[in-house]
Amino acid sequence: MSSDMTRSADKTLDKTPAETPETTTGGRIYRPLTDIVETDDGVTLMLEMPGVAAGDVNVTLEKRVLTVRGKVHTRTPEKLQLAYAEYGEGDFERAFTLSDDFDPDRIVAEVGNGVLTLTLPRAAEAQPRKIAVKGA
Amino acid sequence: MYYPTYARRSDPFALMRSMLRDFDPFTPPGRARPVFPAVNVWQGDDAVAITAELPGIDPVDIDISVKDNVLTLSGERKAPQVPEGARWHCNERSFGRFTRAIRLPFAASDDKVEARMVHGVLRIVVGRPEEDKPKKIEIKAA
Repeated sequence: MSSDMTRSADKTLDKTPAETPETTTGGRIYRPLTDIVETDDGVTLMLEMPGVAAGDVNVTLEKRVLTVRGKVHTRTPEKLQLAYAEYGEGDFERAFTLSDDFDPDRIVAEVGNGVLTLTLPRAAEAQPRKIAVKGA
Repeated sequence: MYYPTYARRSDPFALMRSMLRDFDPFTPPGRARPVFPAVNVWQGDDAVAITAELPGIDPVDIDISVKDNVLTLSGERKAPQVPEGARWHCNERSFGRFTRAIRLPFAASDDKVEARMVHGVLRIVVGRPEEDKPKKIEIKAA
């Protein structure tokens, strides 16, 4: 389905920076960890985007490239200073190249507990048609 | 390179082990992983806050307990339900049980701990008990 998918997954826990040009604001952009499952009806993508609210997700499909962006609003706790950090905070961005048999109007995106689930139903004409074989 | 363990000669395999440690290709130095979840710790005069990214975990599945000065965070990441016959193209997320103990700079009581989960980010605020707070000592004039 895409070159991004076949790339071997980095199994470390560290967040991977996205392969994007640097930002003008100096903020970091991470590549969300993704699970992709395909069924006969379509493809489901699950992207881990902790800290991203439903309204801050931007999904676009242009020329077969599905781009997902998530904005994180960092909340620095008042009166507290960061003493020890194991993870960085930043926006999420990742793009996938799709095979073109998806109906862009029927893509469903929902966010729950920091995971974005994208459901891409296959276009009706691309669904494998079963041909019944009649007995003679 | 000098191997002090070998100098004692009590253990014939000590040299081999220390050499293997030097050339161990599987554990790059400073990357003793995997630890889940990664945490950020925030410190202040009255409280300590711990934040962790726990995407895809229902707040119900997270257990937080405090005993003396150790805060334990445990839970389970449940694998997504996929219909039978589904093909996996990409499997970067991981699932299963996790537990992590975090040492606090003071002994906290349970009623001073507050946890909140927003969009997959857990935030635990541990209040510092009154008796642990530094006391200002006034100097009396002679």
